[in-house]
Formats: sequence, structure tokens, C-alpha cells
Amino acid sequence: MLRGLWTLTWIEIKIFLREPLGAFGMIVVPVLVFVGLGRIFGRRIEFPSLAASGFLRVGVPVLASILITLSAVLSLVTIITIYREGGILKRLRATPLRPQTILTAQVLVKLLLTAVTLLLMVVAGKRYYPIGIHVPVFGFTVALLISTWSILSIGFLIASIVPTARFAQPIGAIILYPMIGLSGLFVAVESLPPKLQIVSRILPLTYAVSLLEGIWRGDSWFAHVGDIVALSVAFVVCTALSAKVFRWE
Amino acid sequence: MAQEIRTGNSIIQVSGLRKAYGSTLAVDDVSFEVQNGEIFGLIGPNGAGKTTTMECVEGLRTPDRGTVSVAGLDPRRDVYRLQERVGVQLQQAQLQKRIKVWEAVHLWASLYRTKTADGDRLVEQLGLVEKRNAWFMDLSGGQKQRLFIVLALINDPEVVFLDELTTGLDPQARRAIWELVRGIRERGKTVCLTTHLMEEAERLCDRVAIIEHGRIIDIGAPDALVRRHCPERTVVLSTDDLTAEKHLRAIPRFEAITNKDLRFTIRGSGDNFVTDVIHCLSENRIKVTDFRTVLPNLEDVFLKLTGHSIRD
Repeated sequence: MLRGLWTLTWIEIKIFLREPLGAFGMIVVPVLVFVGLGRIFGRRIEFPSLAASGFLRVGVPVLASILITLSAVLSLVTIITIYREGGILKRLRATPLRPQTILTAQVLVKLLLTAVTLLLMVVAGKRYYPIGIHVPVFGFTVALLISTWSILSIGFLIASIVPTARFAQPIGAIILYPMIGLSGLFVAVESLPPKLQIVSRILPLTYAVSLLEGIWRGDSWFAHVGDIVALSVAFVVCTALSAKVFRWE
Repeated sequence: MAQEIRTGNSIIQVSGLRKAYGSTLAVDDVSFEVQNGEIFGLIGPNGAGKTTTMECVEGLRTPDRGTVSVAGLDPRRDVYRLQERVGVQLQQAQLQKRIKVWEAVHLWASLYRTKTADGDRLVEQLGLVEKRNAWFMDLSGGQKQRLFIVLALINDPEVVFLDELTTGLDPQARRAIWELVRGIRERGKTVCLTTHLMEEAERLCDRVAIIEHGRIIDIGAPDALVRRHCPERTVVLSTDDLTAEKHLRAIPRFEAITNKDLRFTIRGSGDNFVTDVIHCLSENRIKVTDFRTVLPNLEDVFLKLTGHSIRD
């Protein structure tokens, strides 16, 4: 049933790396944000206040990780729309390949690149980040992969509504990036106006932020079962919806 | 008359096919059969419904009505089993811009459960060896089409579907592709193609179905269609003999003559008309300085059947 999945995934990874801009946007930018923000805040604040140091310790790494996730989703939306417009999806479907195999390969590529980017971030952080990092790297990677996996399903929904490949990037960005503002990363969800709180509770990114912050701080996985359930529900709902509305050509 | 001999040996049966997009009826009650081992062409102008018909047969589209059977399989129910046994080349398809030729061949070969053809040999046969490591986006139009033929043949299919195979290619590349398609038939495979080029249909197809506005107007071997619909023959000759016109008018089944500076164009009908003209010339000792016949072709058949040229 998943015949061709590994070959397709491997070829898609190679193709992605051959596109210089795509690789730059997805891998290099989040690492630069991480290192850059860390240095700026780290220098300005000689004796970091509790809040500032909290943001530095947890906020910046989580923000950078969320950026990795969102650029993975944006990249997915762009690639899917380009493939649809060029008839590549249609050509792949005129084989015994199952539609879900085609899409699974794209998800695997993005998850792998997310993990690689995170790894680079940690390595860069070890050298440049002002505050020593002692975090469960493996656990955090798993948390980020769960978050990315869930939010990628929104990518399929966005890819379904984008009219042409030219609009994929801007439309995707307009939908995705404002979610950061409501995710509880900068302003705690509880201190948002009640109506925005409801919106925030619906967005899967909120649960991703909660999960990532918690695991980074060293919380146990049990404390975040709710987040994982919410992310899984988001994945199931978005996947089911996109199975209905997804267009192959 | 190949079709009569092969009857009862059809590999594709289409009956009462209908497909609408919104209020536009793309395919309207289309029925035909494709015989095992032949090159069958769906011909007609752009937008006639050729591609929609073909995609319903390939299982890529769901018809609103009608039945389709390919190698005994229903493209709707058994689409994956069908894909194992057919090869498809789509109109205006692309691959990933930066996929290499060998990667595409390798990927396609990995998708089929059945034994696959030798990819390296196909690449060699289609003249793509030097391009093995080239990116898809760097291939010329002809090279892309040849790669798509490799991909369509990679599973050693029983039926190969080719949609507007040579559109956008220069005449030389087109001829080379025709040779390849004949080669596919020599290997005992059935080819079903669409084209809006009448010359292509005439040179390549054993039988064609003429489609317009989503309907099949007629089906048959190209020369049989020409005989059926365009019995007229035209002879163009030049002569100084002023009595020529009088004699030529007396030929049986003569229809019309025009004279432009002693260059006569004579129209008549029937297979014997040209012989009769030659007879008439020799009997009356009319000296001609030029003589040629103009035979009708599929283009004329199309004009006759639809009242307009296929290029309109």
C-alpha cells in the first residue's frame, strides 16, 4: 500500500535541497532568528530580569521552533500548489501510487527537515546562545515533530483553497503567522480578551506552544497529554476536511 | 479493413460515456472499441472532448454515465489494478523541476508491483543516455516527451495512452516520436492516442474516431473514412491544347473544371476517375506539360463532416 513511499521521499528530499532558496528559508532563517534574538536580548540585559530571562530561556527557543514548523507548513503549501499547477500531482496519480502515499512523502520530508533544522539550532545555540541550554533535546525534538505533524495538516487545507501557486506563500503566511500572536507565546492565553481566548483555544498552534514550552522547561509528558490530544484532534479534523476538499488538478 | 478482421478481440470497450463540467457537456454519449495491438486515435479539434474521454478510460476521471472496460477492468472500481497494466502520457504534464532523468525512471520503476521493463534500456532506446543526470527543467520539449514515453512504458504495459504526444514539437522531433510509437505497436502493445494533427493521425493510426463537440462523428481506418466521405478526385494538368476542356467534360462522373491560364483543375468522383482522365488524354492525343492528382485526406473528411476546418 505504501509502495514507492521511500523512493519518493528520498527523491523529494534531494529535490528540496537542490532549490537553494527553499533550503535557505526553511533551514537557515530559523537558526539565524534563534541566534540573533538570543544575542540581542542577551547583550542588552546585563542582569536579566526574571521575565526577560524567562523569555530568553524558553520564549526564544520555542519561537524559533515554531518558526521552523510554520516555514515547513508554508513550504508544503507552496510545493503542493506548484505540483498541482504543473500537473505533477496528476502525473503521479496516473500510476499505482496511492494519493495518501504522495502526501505522506511530503510530510516525511518536512518532518525530517524540521528535525535537521532543530539540530542545527541546538548546535548553534551551544556556541552562541548566552544562557546555557540544559534541555531534554530528544524530548523537545519529539514534541516539535508532533507539533509539525499536526500543523502540516492545516497546510493541506490551505493548499486546497489557494487558487494559484503564486499566492501560496502570501496566503499561507497571512493565515499562519497571526496564529503566533494568539498562541500564548508572547501574551499568556489567560490574559487575552475572552473572545480571542476562544480563538486561541481553537488554534492548534496554542497547544504546540504549550507543549514545546513545557517540554523545554523539563515538564513531564503526562502534564501535556491534553496538548498532544488536542494536536491529534486537529490533525484528524484537518486531514478529514482536506480529504473532502483537496484538489489534485 | 483491418477492423473487421480484428473484431471480437477488443481490449478497450467504451459505451455511452458522458461527462459534463458544470453546464458544459464535454463528452456526450461516446462509444467505441479499441482492438488488441492497434494504434487507435481520437481525433478532433482542441476542446472536442478527446482528453476527457481518454482520462475517463484511464481512470483519472469519473464519467457521469456510461461504462468503460480496459483489459477486463473497470477504471472506476479497479483503478490501481488498471494502473499496473497501462502506461499513461498526459497532455501538458510536468515533473518536479529538479528531478533528474534517472531518478524519475527509478521512481516510476519502484511504483509497480508487476515486473517492470528495463529502465536503462528504455532510456537508451529513447536517446536519453546523455541526459541521465540532467534536471527535468533543463530538457528540451522533445526530450521531455521522450522521458514521458519511457515512464509510460516502464511497467511493460498492455495498453499505452498518449495524449497530444507531439504538440509543440518541431517536425523532425515529431517524426522521431512517430517511429517510436510504431515501435510500441511492434512490441504487441495497444496504443490509444489523441491528436488534433490530421497528418499524425493518417500516418500513425490504424483506426481513428473523429470527435467534435463531445460526440463521435465516425470511426474507421483513415483511408476507409476518406473513401467513404470524400469520393471526389481532383486532377490538375497543364496543356496548350484548346480542345482539352471539351474532351475532359465528357468523362463519366465528371463534376467540374476550372481553367486558369491553361492550367486545368478537373474534379470528379469515384476510384476510376483518375484512370478515366488518363484514358481521355491519351485517346485524344492531348499533350500535357504537367499532371498531378490531389487526393482527399482526413482533413477533407473532417471538413466534410463538420462543415469547418479542424484549424478553425
